[in-house]
Amino acid sequence: MADALARARSVSGGLRAYGLIVAMWVRSTMAYRASFLMTTAGNFAASVLDFVAIMIMFSHIDRLGGFTLPEIALLYGATSTSLGLADLALGNMDRVGRRVRDGTFDILLVRPAPVVAQVAADRFALRRLGRVSQGLLVLGWGVARADVAWTPAKALFTAVTVIAGAGIFAAVFIAGAAFQFWAADASEVQNSFTYGGSTMLQYPPAVFARELVRGATFVVPLAFVNWIPVLRMLGRDDPLGLPGWVDFCGPGVALAMLTAAGLLWRVGLRNYRSTGS
Amino acid sequence: MRLYAAVAVSGFRRYATYRVATAAGVFTNTVFGFVIAYTFVALWDERPHLGGYDQSQALTFVWVSQGLLAAAALLGGGFQEELQERIRTGDIAVDLYRPADLQLWWLAADLGRAAFHLLGRGAVPVAVGALAFELSLPADPLRWLAFLLSALLGVVVGFALRFLVALCAFWLLDGQGVNMISALMCMFFSGMLLPLTVFPGLFGEIARLLPWAAMLQVPVDVLLGTHSGTGLARALGFQVLWAALLLGAGRALQSLATRKVVVQGG
Repeated sequence: MADALARARSVSGGLRAYGLIVAMWVRSTMAYRASFLMTTAGNFAASVLDFVAIMIMFSHIDRLGGFTLPEIALLYGATSTSLGLADLALGNMDRVGRRVRDGTFDILLVRPAPVVAQVAADRFALRRLGRVSQGLLVLGWGVARADVAWTPAKALFTAVTVIAGAGIFAAVFIAGAAFQFWAADASEVQNSFTYGGSTMLQYPPAVFARELVRGATFVVPLAFVNWIPVLRMLGRDDPLGLPGWVDFCGPGVALAMLTAAGLLWRVGLRNYRSTGS
Repeated sequence: MRLYAAVAVSGFRRYATYRVATAAGVFTNTVFGFVIAYTFVALWDERPHLGGYDQSQALTFVWVSQGLLAAAALLGGGFQEELQERIRTGDIAVDLYRPADLQLWWLAADLGRAAFHLLGRGAVPVAVGALAFELSLPADPLRWLAFLLSALLGVVVGFALRFLVALCAFWLLDGQGVNMISALMCMFFSGMLLPLTVFPGLFGEIARLLPWAAMLQVPVDVLLGTHSGTGLARALGFQVLWAALLLGAGRALQSLATRKVVVQGG
């Protein structure tokens, strides 16, 4: 009982620290307001251009991998929003490697706040709302245009999917940060799984080689971000022929991945040796 | 000249130091290469000869662009953040005191970086792509030579653009906004997302005339052999023209900036 209470207190303390650091960075961002507006617009536009490229593709074709443009918009909107949320919340965790290298990581260890909260809020970038809002817009367009009979249950399922997807990407960010305790310079590897993964998820699974789809389902289960749930919404079978109940496993997968990433982070933190500089 | 050669060599060696980062970058480029390659296979299955490429040429486009991504700094980066930071902190005053030209100094450093990135980050993704897919890489060594020249010109155009962007920090102090917009334009109009030949109608024609086309679209087309004879000369001339124009603009902006420079902090 006392143990649970202490844990709850440390979680709320962590969230409080996270909130304070985030607020500080937001204030500091607003010091260069022109830059903030440009970067937010840029963040939005970067994702827009990404989707424009897909629209240009569809000016030449009607279907890609068996999906029409509105159906692709469902895939795109879901993964883009999920990645955007995870990126907003803890996208700068890839700076751990730099901090380990230049020795500033030690400063985080002596501050009276959980290290993970400090690292997650480090240089918090409000401009990343740009990607989230673009993702939501595309998702909304897909919802309006795709051939799906919408019910309240399906709408709830979509919302849960987006949040679970954010959890899955968040776990990848945390695991990537933990990995940098061993390989400080390798921060780019995690881009393969976050941005690279999201680029892959924008397209239907039928486009990709079977081994790649299998890898994205069983090894790094990114398929639960949007592939499996969107196929369910559209009433289609997934290419691997998984049983129907798997379609609802997104939140469970997200929780399991977050737990595993959290454990990995702890192991990494425990093994951390300062560079001493 | 000896000075700038030394700067270029140190630029090369500086980036060669971070081996793990290089390996991580190669891994990421290769993963992206696979993802985009599969979507291009699906796209060219639906529409063979889209944009004037057959499927193996389209796949060559994917893998060569992943190979050139770091060298041509298509996603930004390279030197401009560093130069902006020097402008913001006032260290730029020291640079202006040096008996070397600011623009040439950074150009030399960036060429050194690009040379390393072409070798260290370019070769492996292209080799992996060639193993996994059927690419149409030329056997003619002259074509490769023309490609290297075109890629070099592409890097110079990219540098000239980013130098202009970096100098904006003299007025804005924080360069994040302009960096992002510049990276964005480059991402879209270099052909990295989709070859510019696939862009429709007038929009495509304009896109193919912009300086970003000189950074990726032209070098890849040279490698694919789309241009030959006078066409090749015209393609390289297009790159030289943009390089000269943009380097000239950079020079003008530099003299404007240094005339008004007020060093912060004192």
